[in-house]
Amino acid sequence: MSCPDKFVEYMHDFLDEDIAPENERELRAHLQTCQACETHFKELKKAVAFVQSTAHVKAPDHFTAGVMAALPKERKKVEVNRWFKQHPFLAAASLFILLMGASILSTWNQEQQFSFSKQPNLIVEDDTVIVPEGEVVKGDIVVRNGKLKIEGEVQGDVTVINGEQYMASAGKVTGEISEVNEVFEWIWYHIKETAKSTVNLGEGDKQSLEP
Amino acid sequence: METIVNSRISQVLKGDQNAYGEIVELYKDKIFQLCYRMLGNRHEAEDIAQEAFIRAYINIHSFNQNKKFSSWIYRIATNLCIDRIRKKKPDYFLDAEVPGTDGLNMYSQIASETSLPEEELESLELQETVQKEIAKLPEKYRTVIVLKYIEELSLNEISEILDLPLGTVKTRMHRGREALRQQLRNV
Repeated sequence: MSCPDKFVEYMHDFLDEDIAPENERELRAHLQTCQACETHFKELKKAVAFVQSTAHVKAPDHFTAGVMAALPKERKKVEVNRWFKQHPFLAAASLFILLMGASILSTWNQEQQFSFSKQPNLIVEDDTVIVPEGEVVKGDIVVRNGKLKIEGEVQGDVTVINGEQYMASAGKVTGEISEVNEVFEWIWYHIKETAKSTVNLGEGDKQSLEP
Repeated sequence: METIVNSRISQVLKGDQNAYGEIVELYKDKIFQLCYRMLGNRHEAEDIAQEAFIRAYINIHSFNQNKKFSSWIYRIATNLCIDRIRKKKPDYFLDAEVPGTDGLNMYSQIASETSLPEEELESLELQETVQKEIAKLPEKYRTVIVLKYIEELSLNEISEILDLPLGTVKTRMHRGREALRQQLRNV
């Protein structure tokens, strides 16, 4: 074949659908006149058509099941490790909750004894704390595992944990009265107190920063 | 389709093995077909195609989800096929040609249960001829020809799958087509 090589190049560019328009025109014009090149081009197209005509084969029926059965089984340890790697925040949070829970429960257990906040004019009879008639108790009262009888006046909040409080008709409390009985209520109370003291700390800082 | 695949991959990454089954379902025919045309027999093709999916699963953490999963799995399968072709040992499969015969395979040694109609037989023969001629191509031409004309991928995708410059892919296409032309001109 005495034709320049560029025509074969053009044929392949044409088959790749990547031929410049002027080259395509040149190729078409040449194919009209050159028998050998026309045959060559036809044979190329025939070869491509043959390859394209091959029937589409499908994977065997059990193919996916075969793959799934051959996948490595994950060991529990790997699973747990990967879970921790992928959820660092959740891992940290769950660790935090675990430790928090443990510390709260241990304080809960420690605080099963009868105790109360020390104010000078409170009277104690067995496990009952009495605010005497006519007396004014300043500050918050906290009674744990005991009863509280209010006959006088309390200037502050009253909290009774695992106990009862009786208010005499003459009794007066300026702040809030709350009774905490269940573990969960107690935890909630604990968290609230922690939050409050944190906020107070923050406020204290602010105040100390201000001139 | 890519979005479905990406959400399945996220599930797989979270440890959901079943989500991978859906990915396999989506691509199994394409990958099996690629392997079948590359290797020329169903038994090996199934082996390699399954191996490709297993490798993809094991290495799924290294898959970049901004890229096409299809290109990635094609690349794994193509490389496995090429490896297999290179270290191909003579094996005995039913699809294999019986030595000393022209185009007869082991299936022909088994009595056929039903007689094939003439037409079907002819088209089957042609299919086999084409498959045989594809199998004769050197593997680097075979790869691009199969990806282009059987898997119907664009040259750009092929260049991505094979990690070759577009120019190299084109050159291989040209040579592959010329070789096929020589082999198939008298069919």
